[in-house]
Amino acid sequence: MFSWARLWLVCLTFLGCNAYAKDYLSALNELGRTATAAEISAWDIDVRPDFLGLPSGSGSVAQGEVLWLDQCANCHGDFGDSNEVFSPIVLGNITEADIRTGRVAALTDPSAVRTTFMKVATLSTIWDYINRAMPWNAPKSLAVDEVYSLVAYLLNLAYIVDDDFVLSDENMEDVQALMPNRNGMTKDHGLWSVKGVPDVVGSACTINCSVDTTITSFLPDYAMNAHGNLRDQMRDYGPLPGVQTAPTPQLSVSQPAQSDSLNQIPADLLAVSGCVACHQMNKALVGPGFTAIRARYAGADASTYLAKKIKQGGQGVWGSVPMPGMTQLDDTVVAALALWLASGQ
Amino acid sequence: MPVGASEQEGQLRPAPESFLSEKLISEISHSGVDNGRRDLLRGAFAAALAGASGLTFADDPNIVEVPEWSRSLGKSVATNPYGQPSPFEANIIRRQSPGLTQTDQASVAFTPLQNLFGCITPSGLHFERHHQGWVDIDPRRHRLMINGLVKEPLVFTVADLLRMPSVSRMYFLECGANTALEWGNSAVPTVQYTHGMLSGSEWTGVPLSLLLERAGYDRNASYLLAEGADGSGMTRTINLAGALEDAIVAYGQNGEMLRPEQGYPLRLVVPGVQGVSWVKWLRRLEVGNKAYATKDEASHYVDLMPSGQLRQYTAIQEAKSVITAPSAGQKLLNQGYYCITGLAWSGRGSVRKVEVSVDGGRNWQEARLEGQGSSKMLTRFNFDWVWRGEAALLQSRVHDDTGYIQPQRAALVAERGTRSIYHNNAIQTWRVSPSGEVDNVQLG
Ligand code: HEC
Ligand code: HEC
Repeated sequence: MFSWARLWLVCLTFLGCNAYAKDYLSALNELGRTATAAEISAWDIDVRPDFLGLPSGSGSVAQGEVLWLDQCANCHGDFGDSNEVFSPIVLGNITEADIRTGRVAALTDPSAVRTTFMKVATLSTIWDYINRAMPWNAPKSLAVDEVYSLVAYLLNLAYIVDDDFVLSDENMEDVQALMPNRNGMTKDHGLWSVKGVPDVVGSACTINCSVDTTITSFLPDYAMNAHGNLRDQMRDYGPLPGVQTAPTPQLSVSQPAQSDSLNQIPADLLAVSGCVACHQMNKALVGPGFTAIRARYAGADASTYLAKKIKQGGQGVWGSVPMPGMTQLDDTVVAALALWLASGQ
Repeated sequence: MPVGASEQEGQLRPAPESFLSEKLISEISHSGVDNGRRDLLRGAFAAALAGASGLTFADDPNIVEVPEWSRSLGKSVATNPYGQPSPFEANIIRRQSPGLTQTDQASVAFTPLQNLFGCITPSGLHFERHHQGWVDIDPRRHRLMINGLVKEPLVFTVADLLRMPSVSRMYFLECGANTALEWGNSAVPTVQYTHGMLSGSEWTGVPLSLLLERAGYDRNASYLLAEGADGSGMTRTINLAGALEDAIVAYGQNGEMLRPEQGYPLRLVVPGVQGVSWVKWLRRLEVGNKAYATKDEASHYVDLMPSGQLRQYTAIQEAKSVITAPSAGQKLLNQGYYCITGLAWSGRGSVRKVEVSVDGGRNWQEARLEGQGSSKMLTRFNFDWVWRGEAALLQSRVHDDTGYIQPQRAALVAERGTRSIYHNNAIQTWRVSPSGEVDNVQLG
């Protein structure tokens, strides 16, 4: 039955209810309704480590292999070892000793790729996850026996069961006893509860603290632009503009852009000039796509007009959003951009 | 970069070279500096210096000439029925870290912390982390089920929940893998990528305790399973005792319904706990007496220790802070006053104090706090700093109200190694070079 006393407590803590609260608390009971048995069984699909929730059924390694090659291998690789779409599920770095001890030794090896079967301690996890989420692009499409057979196939790839194995609700517990990392998890840490005890606490020192200020790591120059030009990733008019990390185009003043290069997209120039914050090549972003601009002014000898537009900005030609004047740009750069934009066919 | 280029914009008293006339600049860039131009240059520098000492200023054309927005008719109301940021803010967007994930659906888009103010993250800039893409759920067809160890299993429509008593609370939301890329070495170039899986929002919804009371939950139960309605059917084991204190079944974020990327129409809010437990597109809550070891608490979101053991069910986000500006990838415009600003938070309570060091942690001074005292919410800190062109190592350090102090990276790594991926709350260092450029570094 519904506990008034508790709800009062909740009510006081959360809602600051007044003396009339009791009346509307009972009316609250009319919101929501009892779930039906069929509704619960449709949604309550989780399988716990003690196999509570596991439906009965079975599937063989052989059946699993067929399904795997058909529905899973394109993303995970024929042997579950692909790194293309996600980290490998199995990779062969589990040993017989691991299966005996229940601790995967390769987890202490920094160079070993960490696969699903190296980490997961509970067989229920694999069953539950495939059942609820795989295949990734068509989740919840597998029948119960298909899930059993796919789990059997993966267990076989990880050398936990033999080629002729048939996995079922009857023997899941036996296989659990072979899970290579079944003893590899610990709950001995302070991060489960808000009242947990931290493992590392910082120093309170404030003056002349003894710290090693040697720089041990920084991004090498070649990596600075790996995330794109940082200049375009910061507010560009404040006290802290972004650092220019894209290479600056070498445009010498005495040599204006050559006409034979006009069909090439001046990607670097567009990037360093800050255009790509608002323009993309083929579709409208804040401003129109460059392809659309080139098409509009094709054959119209519009380079002078466009140079002026770039330098001064404008509004209303493509919509109500204004383009700010690119006043910071060198005239040669503007001329080169305008020439390219005006050279569409 | 041409003389007087944009780096000098944004200040009313620019460096001397910005006082050069446009005509002179274009002459110099086309024909170089001859004697006549050299004299003109000298004159301009002298004028600029005089300006700096308060004697004369060049007239600012932005004042003496009427700008176009002052002499035209503005746009109609509701031109944008749902308002948009100024086009001049186009750089302030969510971004992915190239190569971080193999697909775009099991991936992350980071929040641009470097250019945000205060403690609230605009909903459209809230970081995204999905495991199987995001979905648009029809709220009329969405249901919330409560089952497991309850006297009466229940189902609610979104309308039911919208009708129930609600609370609105401010909480931070941080992915357990925030700053994961930085365990081993400096790996990414800006605070957007080092710390951008972080947000602060006002969340509105029904207290979880009210719903569980209504269902008559078993007083001996200690776990709650939360499940999403998306393809991944994301499931996470929640500490029931903790959730009964302050968790919310939320539909509102910053005054409007949740954004689809944030779980529209329902998301579980679990204050102080890592983001993956704030299950989006929430469809079911199951009360239980054992933990569930779901995929994202058995294969991922487990913290590998040097012993080879995996810490399982690591949920709480311990106290952490970071300077958001000046930060890596930015450049100090010139010497003078700067306000060092950043964010601090704790999953165990409220921020008591934030200290800032400009010498790599040797000396610390207290920062001013904004929005202090709100438990499990972001606090903004500000610190006055005068930069005279020296090299500097900027750090921030938070103390929370449990007495916990944010650790230096070396201390954290000594205990946990560099391969635990999750829960990196180490002190972050930004290096300021004499050129004014700021980058991401780690100290010994
Ligand atoms: C379209 C690509 C794709 C297909 C097809 C696919 N998967 Fe996956 N699978 C993924 C991705 C991506 C993930 C990781 C999802 C995440 O980040 O949560 C994954 C995760 C998994 C995992 C968990 C691995 C771990 O450690 O988290 C298992 C087990 C798995 N898939 C099995 C299967 C099975 C069985 C099938 C076939 C029925 C299948 N997958 C089909 C892409 C795919
Ligand atoms: C802050 C956003 C923004 C930036 C940065 C920006 N543009 Fe634009 N641009 C726009 C918008 C908005 C329009 C549409 C204006 C209109 O409708 O008249 C536009 C229009 C244009 C046009 C078409 C003008 C016309 O009259 O048809 C050209 C050419 C152009 N941009 C070039 C550039 C170049 C080259 C750069 C980089 C140097 C650049 N833009 C940078 C927003 C921007």
